[in-house]
Amino acid sequence: MRLVAEGLSARRGEDLIFQDVSFEIAGGEALVVKGANGSGKSTLLRVLAGLLPAEKGTAKLLAAAQPVERLSEAAHYLGHRNAMKRELTVDENLSFWKAFFGDFAGGTGVSADEAAESVGLGGIVHLPFGYLSAGQQRRMAMAKLLVAWRPVWILDEPTAALDAAAEAMFAGLVTAHLAHGGIAIAATHQPLGLEGVKELRMKGFEYSSLETWA
Amino acid sequence: MIAMLLRDLKLSVRAGGGALIGVLFFMTVVAVIPFGVGPDLNLLARIGPAILWIGALLASLLGLDRLFQAEREDGSLDLILMQETPLVLTVFVKCVAHWIATGLPLVIASPLLGLFMNMDEVAIGATTLTLLAGTPAITFIGAAGAGIAVALPRGGLLVSILVLPLAIPVLIFGVSAVYAAIQEPAPFLPPFLILVALNLFFAVIGPVAAAAALRLSSD
Amino acid sequence: MSEPSLAIRKFSDLANPTRFLGLVATVWPWLAGLTLCLFAVGLYLSFTTTGDYQQGETVRIMYVHVPAAWLSMMCYTVMALSALGTLVWRHPLADVSAKAAAPIGAGFTLVALITGSLWGKPMWGTWWVWDARLTSVFVLFLMYLGLIALNRAMDDPTRAAKVSAVLILVGFVNIPIIKFSVEWWNTLHQPASVVRMDGPTIDSEFLWPLLVMAIAFSMLFFTLHILAMRNEILRRRIAVLRRHAARSAGGAA
Repeated sequence: MRLVAEGLSARRGEDLIFQDVSFEIAGGEALVVKGANGSGKSTLLRVLAGLLPAEKGTAKLLAAAQPVERLSEAAHYLGHRNAMKRELTVDENLSFWKAFFGDFAGGTGVSADEAAESVGLGGIVHLPFGYLSAGQQRRMAMAKLLVAWRPVWILDEPTAALDAAAEAMFAGLVTAHLAHGGIAIAATHQPLGLEGVKELRMKGFEYSSLETWA
Repeated sequence: MIAMLLRDLKLSVRAGGGALIGVLFFMTVVAVIPFGVGPDLNLLARIGPAILWIGALLASLLGLDRLFQAEREDGSLDLILMQETPLVLTVFVKCVAHWIATGLPLVIASPLLGLFMNMDEVAIGATTLTLLAGTPAITFIGAAGAGIAVALPRGGLLVSILVLPLAIPVLIFGVSAVYAAIQEPAPFLPPFLILVALNLFFAVIGPVAAAAALRLSSD
Repeated sequence: MSEPSLAIRKFSDLANPTRFLGLVATVWPWLAGLTLCLFAVGLYLSFTTTGDYQQGETVRIMYVHVPAAWLSMMCYTVMALSALGTLVWRHPLADVSAKAAAPIGAGFTLVALITGSLWGKPMWGTWWVWDARLTSVFVLFLMYLGLIALNRAMDDPTRAAKVSAVLILVGFVNIPIIKFSVEWWNTLHQPASVVRMDGPTIDSEFLWPLLVMAIAFSMLFFTLHILAMRNEILRRRIAVLRRHAARSAGGAA
């Protein structure tokens, strides 16, 4: 399984955010997207997740266990917001996403209880999500990645609100995912504690040459 | 999809959910009318069906703006957009859940309010039946407005403004079916069947339009 | 200033939630028993007195309708006093009291509306008229529902209590205004006949069962109210415990 992006460029409104970004990742590999604020890391991830149309270029998942039309169907996206309802319990939230996502071919998700256990928060799944602290909420959002199998994880600043222990826990989750042959793409300022990852440095608009515009 | 339905129903009855508010608004609007037009029972009986219909129309618009906005605010909308499940189907299920939580209580409350309006049994029965057939149409067409207004900061008011004109056909045929049932010569069935047809029609174009708007508004 | 604040502290100390729960535990079985006895006597009297020569058997509806209507207003008064307690003395039990009373008040108001409607059908030939008395009771019912909705709409119970206390007090001022404004608008409901300056005009044969039923209804209200308050206190304790559980789970990881 390989994820191939070729000549991606994207714009928001009138502004060209990035241009001609290409990379290739194989199963079991991680890509860390680095760059200053405003260099287009989040935009790149949203393009990959299919939430923004690409101006030019393509991103494809090749030779996956099941042919995919859109990369987004084979991917988990962990954005800045947790996508969990405050009024529902953690268990209700996770079970809903498990049922709604369904498993992608080539793996199975774990139950809500086990997922909460994996992020170190077993035993409080019966509480309303709103009762949890910001860090706990973030970790439960990560548990969402485990309840349904997706080969590709797209992670936007995954560890922004977390302490060192939780960061290490998350690095463990990603490592386990890679060991299963998965792919992870993360935009981050912090070191994720992963071994041997590819790096993509986003340079913002300076990256692209103005001549191609003219 | 069942999971989506159940989740939305749960959310609507939990703290801060809108299930109760819609009915309360309906009752309040209808209760206010006699203060305005005076307590003449014959007059109230005559305008009762129309009042109930307008009250139900306004009440079902009330919670519509939250239909997608709540999903967008906590990031759930992104994940819903990414899935293999057709977005149209998800929107349809969300509409059904929204109708069960807010529209159905209106239908159930309408006979009671019919008594307040001094309507006779036939009029009450006809109003309840037409509301049962017509309020889903309002929800479906309202979903299109909610999808369009999802990214706007003050979407709530705008949804009502956008949707009210679109819901006018539903109102026309709903009320005319009720009056056809009360007044002898006019037949009840033709306007009622048109109302049902409108319902089915909006059940298709509402979710399709809402899904298209949601895809475009993603940023 | 120190004197009254000390007195208040003593007062709130006496009525702190734990003591209140203890008090409820001892009092409520007695109160419930008393309520049952009063209802037994009241219902017996209601069904054995002779019917009104004008209204026939339907007059017996009065023994439920009138006490329920009284209670609907008394309940609001209790809520208004509790609202004062919340806003002025910031008493922790006051907001519990106001919140617990709202559904009970809505229940009594609904009973008054339904029985009134059942009584009105044979008497006036219609289920409902937009008469001064009926309308203001209906508005009261809507206010109760609005208060319940407001309480449900907020996460934080103390903040919800303060906001609804303001609404309760505004409503307390507004209800008489609604009542008097609709009084000259139209009226069909009979005037008050029990509580009057020149003594009751109602026949003593009706008066006794009515009074017993009124006391029984009041006792029912007090029983339900303290039990609802107990439930609300326990519910808040559960919420606190859950927050504790959430916090301790974070540290363990």
